Order: sequence, then structure tokens, then C-alpha cells
Amino acid sequence: MSPAKLLIGPARLAFQTVILALQQIWANKVRSFLTTLGIIIGVSSIIAVVAAMGGLRQSILNEFEKFGTKKVWIDGTLPREQRSTGSFRAVQLTLDEIIAIRENVESVDLVAPMYFGGYSIEFGGERIERVSTTGIWPEWHDIESREILRGRAFNAIDEAQARRVCIVNDRTIEELGLNLDPVGQYVALSGQRFLVVGVVETVQLSAMFGGGDSSAEVYIPFSTARELNPDGWINFCWAQLKDTSQADNAIAEITFVLRKMRGLTAEQPNTFEVRVIQQFIDNFNKVASAITLGAGGIVGISLLVGGIGIMNIMLVSVSERTREIGLRKAMGARPGVILTQFLVEAVTLCLFGGANGLAFGQLMVTGLRHIPGFPLGDAAIPAWAVVLSVGFSALTGVVFGMFPAIKAARLDPIVALRHE
Amino acid sequence: MTIEVRGVEKVYRMGEERIFALRGVDLSIARNEFVAIMGASGSGKSTLMNILGCLDRPTKGEYVLAGRPTHRLRGASLARVRNEQIGFVFQSFELLNRQSALKNVMLPLIYSRKHWFGARARARAALDKVGLSNRMGHRPNQLSGGQRQRVAIARALVNEPSILLADEPTGNLDSATSLEIIGLFKSLHAEGQTIVIVTHEEDIAGHALRIVRLRDGRILSDHPTANDPIHREYLRQAAIHAELAAAGTEARP
Repeated sequence: MSPAKLLIGPARLAFQTVILALQQIWANKVRSFLTTLGIIIGVSSIIAVVAAMGGLRQSILNEFEKFGTKKVWIDGTLPREQRSTGSFRAVQLTLDEIIAIRENVESVDLVAPMYFGGYSIEFGGERIERVSTTGIWPEWHDIESREILRGRAFNAIDEAQARRVCIVNDRTIEELGLNLDPVGQYVALSGQRFLVVGVVETVQLSAMFGGGDSSAEVYIPFSTARELNPDGWINFCWAQLKDTSQADNAIAEITFVLRKMRGLTAEQPNTFEVRVIQQFIDNFNKVASAITLGAGGIVGISLLVGGIGIMNIMLVSVSERTREIGLRKAMGARPGVILTQFLVEAVTLCLFGGANGLAFGQLMVTGLRHIPGFPLGDAAIPAWAVVLSVGFSALTGVVFGMFPAIKAARLDPIVALRHE
Repeated sequence: MTIEVRGVEKVYRMGEERIFALRGVDLSIARNEFVAIMGASGSGKSTLMNILGCLDRPTKGEYVLAGRPTHRLRGASLARVRNEQIGFVFQSFELLNRQSALKNVMLPLIYSRKHWFGARARARAALDKVGLSNRMGHRPNQLSGGQRQRVAIARALVNEPSILLADEPTGNLDSATSLEIIGLFKSLHAEGQTIVIVTHEEDIAGHALRIVRLRDGRILSDHPTANDPIHREYLRQAAIHAELAAAGTEARP
């Protein structure tokens, strides 16, 4: 026998087996569909969950990105057990500490203290009470990377001379009735004349991060803010990592510097907090993976149920076609061929369910994407999820089709041909 | 010899009880014989047919088919012998209803190792041989009973078997159609086909050239049809009944 014949024979048998399976499914359209419903639901839900988690992850990462992934938050605060008794004022960051961080912490390249105050602001006849006014270093511009829409950013001279200059955002312009280009106009901040030197863009965080309506913001040099209100304090300080991989180093180094400056002994807890955005991202990624895995487990159960449905219908099919099996065996079908035939049928049925599940999952994902206000605009089915669900469908077919197929293969042709 | 059966016994176990279906059968059938196997139900004729058709194995004894001992084969090897050596014709046709006549006839070739090429042409030739060349695309439910049995016979012939094994092939057909099918068997026999028919009908058996009778798992008699005393008696009585019927009496055999 030539090698070509050795190959073509089994290939034709395989082809005919698949055709036979498809005919069988087509002949029982409704039954096949109902049988595969479990698989369809299982596959479509895993597809939807994976896509939704991916979309959520993407949109949250985008938020963090907007926020700045290199940012470090430093804040003086009381340890938990001292919160009812201690003084918050006493643990606030001082300018010396911030300068020490800037000079000594290698993993951080920029530091920007934030000195908050709320003052009245007046222009023409308009007056806003307690407008959010932040004293900043010029470094703030590099850390926040908020665009200067008009005019200029603060520079070292503004800071050194504690100049009466301010940068405003669009809401301030709107509420005070300033020119669309207010650079060069004067406003009265806490009763003092301030020159508007620039307009900064407003960065809107989504509702998920507590960003609601934007409000009026005014920025003044850090030294100016201290002169305006000598009793105020540094609310917190931003720092920027040289590289996102430096996150752990930065936390350790800043902690070391601050503990040393505050003279804390080994037993005493920190009187400050250092947080890195990267930590939030890592935590979120962990949670997202856990949710995906958990959903995968639940879907696994529904695939199991779907598989039992497949097994059930295959048993029915074997019993319905007992005579046919007997005939095929009498005609010389080997037990292995009968086994393969029913296995292929079960796998085909499962793949059919898997394909429908994919289509239905895609439909759900499209639906999710278009829910207004939902942060799932980026939801998409990743390729690995498609491969995995097709693979799992086929595996379900093999596992749950095996028992009925063995039953068919073991039928005694004499008994089978006598079956009513 | 195409078929050599020597000392074949078949014992079924029913719990503690042992039931003897065949109690030592010796039978030889040569090439191009046309044999009828007869017997009442329980005589063992079905068991013998199953063994001759390699659907079952003897408990004891030997069965040599076309020069090859088969009594030790099982499973896949036995399936191969069925596929290559035996053509089955059943009482209730056993056609696949969703497949065309042609596809039905091709069925044994799907499982064949020899006839992978030209299966369709072979099936067409077989249908042509049984006179159904104009019904190849029809499904069994679009065919008459006689035509269905012709499709089944074509299917039995398609792999050129050593023996054509027919189990009550006319059991579901009216007498005119039965004669048609018997005529087909006769012409196949004339072309050299070895045929074994299992039946309980004397007039069908009468068309064979040799009658083997079974009773209680043993061969009761084995004669050429012309010399078979039971068949001769049957023919004598049938002639009398025919005469009476012709004379206007309402008697039937």
C-alpha cells in the first residue's frame, strides 16, 4: 500500500465523520441548540467578563496615567493610635523637611509642596469667597504636567521674590468675568493686587475618582502664599520618581529622611505617610486578576453543567441510533471508528456552542461598550480568551462525549440490530 | 470451500444456567453454492447465521471463512472480516433514511481499507447490477419495499464479499415482490455469487439449490433441494391445494 493511500484513507474517514456529525446536528437543530445552551451561556459570560475587566482596567489605568504614574504623595499625619489625642498641626511637613527630601533622596527628581488657603478673590464687581488658592513651587508644573494655555508658568524669580502673581483656570475666568485672555489683568486676592500671568488647563478626573464639576482654582507662588498667611501649613507634598521602578526605593529613602529629621526612635511609628501611585496600580491589577479568575471559576461550573447536558444528549443519541450503530458495525466499522464518530459529534456540538457563545459574548461586549457613563468604552475580547474558550469547548466535548462514545463503541452488533 | 464449520458449539450463560444454542454443527459450503438454512425459532439458525456472519464467535469449534480461520478473532479484526468477506441482507433492510441510495450503498466502503478509491463508481455499478441505476439519488423513504431491499442487496455486494448472507430477505415483502428479489438472488448466483439465505418459508427455501435444516442446535438434514424429503412433501401438498383451489374449493395451504 502506498503512503499516499495510507494517509488519504483516514483523512476521508475523518472528513466523512465530521460531515456525519454536522448532518446529525442539522437534523436535530432545535435539540442541538438547546443542548449547547449551557456552553453558549458559559462561553459568552466568560467572554463578557474578561472583556469588561479588560475595559475597566484600561480606563482605570488611563485615569492613573492622567494622574501621573510617577507621582509620590507625602503627607504628615498621626499614627492611628495617636489620632484622638495628638496634634495634627505638630506633624505637618516643614519646608526644611521638604528641602531635605529634595537634597537627599536619590530616587526622586522633583519635589513640590502644596500650601493651601482659601481667600476671597475680586474682579470688577464680581467676588468669590474662599476660592481654592494653592501656593506652589515652579516644580509643580513639571510634576502635574498640566498645560499652560495662555501666558506663562511660574519661575524661580516669582518664588524668590514672592511676587504677587497668579495663575488661574477657566472656571475662575468664567466666574469673575475676566477676559478670555486674562494675562495682564489684575485681580484682588485677599485684598491684595495680583497680576494674572497665566491660565492653566483644568484636569477633570472621572466621577469614579471623585472628580465632579470643576471649580475655580488659583495658584500663587509658594513664598507668596506663606507671606499671605504665615500661620498656614504645607498640606502635603508631591514628589516625582526618576523612574516607576524606583517606587520602593523612594518610599524607603523618604521614610528614612523624615524619620531621621523628626528624631523618631525605632519603636516609634511614622508620623507621616508616603504613597506611590504605582502601588495603587499594582493593587488594582491584583484585584482585577482575582475578579477575572473568580469569574473564570464560576464560568467553569457553567461549562461543567453544559458538558453534562452534552453527555445527556449524546446518550440519547446513542440509544436512538442503536440500530444504526449495529448496522455500521455489521458493515465492518471497527469499535474505534464508532468511538471517533460519537466523539467528533460531541466535540462538534460543543464547538458549535462555543462559536455561538463567542458571537453572543461579542454582542454583550458591544452592548456594554455603549452604556453611557460606564467606564467600559475600551472593552474588547482579547485573542487569548477566544483561543481559550474554543479550546475549553472542545475539551468539554471530549471529556463529556467520551462516556457515550465508549458506550456506542462497545455495543454488540447482534443486540443493537435487534433493538427496537 | 468458502465456508468450513467444524464442531461449532455456542453456549449462553444465563446466571447459573447454561443454554446450548448450537450443540456441535459441521457444515461446508463451496464457492458459488446457493444454500437455504431453515429451522423453527429456537433451532439455532439465528445463532449459526451470526457466527457465519462473524457477528458472533463460537464457544467451541472452528470456523474457516475463505481459507482463513476466524473463530479466534475479535473486535477490530472481526470487523475487518465482516467488511471484506460478508455481505449482509436483513429482513427490515436497515437502510439509513437520511442518506441517498448511493450513499447507503457506499457505507461498507467507508470502513474498507481496500476500496478507498472509486467508492462512488463501485456503488453506482452495484446499484446498476440490481436494476436501480435510475434511483441512485432517492432516499429510502422515496422507494418501494422491493426497491429498498434491492438497495440493501447492492450494499451487500459493493465490497465483493465471499458470501452473501441474507436473513429472511423477503420477510417484509409481498409475494410478487418476494419473487422479484428471489429472481435477483438467482441471477447473482448465476454470475458466481455464493449465497446463504436464512428463512423459515418453504417456498423461498425451494429456490435455493440446497437446504440445511436445524433443530435443537443440531443439523437435522442437509440435502440438495430436489432430494429434500420435507420439501418434496411440501411441494406435493401445495400441488393438491392448487388443484383444489382450481376446482373452486376455498382451501388454502
